[in-house]
Amino acid sequence: MIEYLTSYDFIVLMIKIIIIFGGVMGALAYLTWIERKLMARVQMRPGPTRVGPFGLLQPLADGLKFLFKEDVIPTNANTFLYIAAPIVSLVPALMSFSIIPFGPSLQVTDLNVGLLFIFAITSLGVYGIVLGGWASNSKYPLMGAIRSSAQMISYELSLTLSVVGVLMIANTLSLAQLVASQQDTWFGFLPRWNIFLQPVAFIIYVCSAVAETNRLPFDLAESEQELVAGWHTEYSSLKFAMFMLAEYANMVTVSALATVMFLGGWSGPLFGPFWLRAGLPTLWFVLKISIFIFFYVLLRSTIPRFRYDQLMKFGWKVLLPLSLANILVTSFIVAIS
Amino acid sequence: MIQLVFLLFAAVAAGAAINVLIQKHVLYSALSLILMLTAMSILFIFLRAEFLAMIQIIVYAGAIMVLFVFVIMLLNLPADEDGVDQLRWLKFIGIPLGLFFLFFVLATLWNVEAPPASGTALNGSPRAIGESLFTDYLLPFEVTSLLILIALVGAVVFAKKDL
Repeated sequence: MIEYLTSYDFIVLMIKIIIIFGGVMGALAYLTWIERKLMARVQMRPGPTRVGPFGLLQPLADGLKFLFKEDVIPTNANTFLYIAAPIVSLVPALMSFSIIPFGPSLQVTDLNVGLLFIFAITSLGVYGIVLGGWASNSKYPLMGAIRSSAQMISYELSLTLSVVGVLMIANTLSLAQLVASQQDTWFGFLPRWNIFLQPVAFIIYVCSAVAETNRLPFDLAESEQELVAGWHTEYSSLKFAMFMLAEYANMVTVSALATVMFLGGWSGPLFGPFWLRAGLPTLWFVLKISIFIFFYVLLRSTIPRFRYDQLMKFGWKVLLPLSLANILVTSFIVAIS
Repeated sequence: MIQLVFLLFAAVAAGAAINVLIQKHVLYSALSLILMLTAMSILFIFLRAEFLAMIQIIVYAGAIMVLFVFVIMLLNLPADEDGVDQLRWLKFIGIPLGLFFLFFVLATLWNVEAPPASGTALNGSPRAIGESLFTDYLLPFEVTSLLILIALVGAVVFAKKDL
C-alpha cells in the first residue's frame, strides 16, 4: 500500500482525477452562464451583463449567493432524508465522470462494463429527486417526485435499448474501445462514426436523454406553472445549488455518452506540434459535447412543455417500439454480414 | 487492504439487511434494501462478476426498488405502531424454520470446495455470460423469457379488466 502511494502510476492517476474533476466542476458552473446568456439571446434579452465583462463572473456571484443564503428546513419535513436527498442526487451524477474518456489518456479508469456502469449510476440518481420530494412533506414536491419517478422509469427503457444497436456494431461495452472502434474513415472522407450507421438509435437516444435529465420539453417534474418548482420547491441555499449542479452534471454525462457512442468520442483531425496533438482530442471532445449542450438550451428556449399523458404515450408507444425495431433490424444486418 | 474493503461492504450489506427488518417505517425499510443491494453488487465486483454487479444495480436498485418507493409514496403509509402485532403466532413458526434454513446454509458452506484461484471457470465478463446463455443455457433462458412474457400479459389483464 505504501509503495503504491508513492508509485508513478498513483501520482498520474491523482493528477488525472484533479484535472477531470476540476475541469468538470468549472464547466458546470459556466454552463449556468451559457444557458442564461443563450436563452436570453433567443428571447431577445441581453441576459446577465452586470458582473464582469459579458457577465462572465455571474457564476461566481451566484455561488457566493447560494453560500450565504439562509438554509431553510421545513418544520414538518423528514430532516434526515431532506438533507440526504441532494447528496444522493449529486454523488451519482459526478461518479459517472470517472469512466468518461475525455482524451486518449485522459480517462480515470476504463471498465469492461463501462456503459452499464454509467446506466447503473444514473439510474440511482432518481432517488435524489424522489426522496427530496417526499421528505419535503408538501404537496407540490410530492407531485413532482411521483411524476419524475414514473417518467424516468419509462424513458430509461428506451434510453438503454437505443444503445444496444451501437453495442452490437462495436462489439464492446468499454467506452475507450467504443471510441477506438470509430477511428477510421469511410471512402476517405466520411468519419467512421456510429451516427451514420445508427441514425434512428441516435434520435431515440437524444429524445430519451432529454427526458432522463428532466429538461424542457420533458420537465414535468418541476413544471413551474403547475407545481411552483416541483420536487425542489422547499429547497434553498446550498442544497438547491446541489440539485442544480446534479442536473447540469447529468446533462454533461448524457451528452458525453452520446459523443462517445455516436460521434466518435475524442477522434478528430490531428495537426501541428506535439503539444497541440496532445491537446486536440480533448478539444474535439469538448466541442462535440458543446453541440449537445447548445441543442439542449435551444430546445428549452423554443419548445413548450408536453402534457403528462402525451409524455407517457410518446415514451411507451413511440420510442420503445422504435428502439425495439431498431435492435431487430440491426441484429439481422449484423447476423448476415 | 482488499480484505478491509471487503469487510466494510460486507458489514454494510449485513447491517442494511437487518435494518430492513427492524425499521418501523416502510420507506426506511425500502431504502435499506436499496443500500443492501448496492453493497451486494460491490461484493460481486470482488468476485470478478462485474456484469452481474451492474445488472444488480440497474434491475433491482434502479428499476424495481424505484417502483416500490413510488408505491409507498403514493399510498403514504404511516409508520407501524408499537404493540399492534397481528401476526404474533408467526414467530413460533418463523424461528424454527429460520434455524432450519440456517442449518442447511451452514451445512452447504461446510462442504463447498474452494474455487480455482485464477478464474477461467469463474469468468464474469459480459462476453462469457452472453456466450454461455446462448449456447449451454439456451433452453432455460428462453423458458425464462416466456415466463416473464406471461407475467407481463397477466399484469395487463389484471390492470385492465375490460379489454
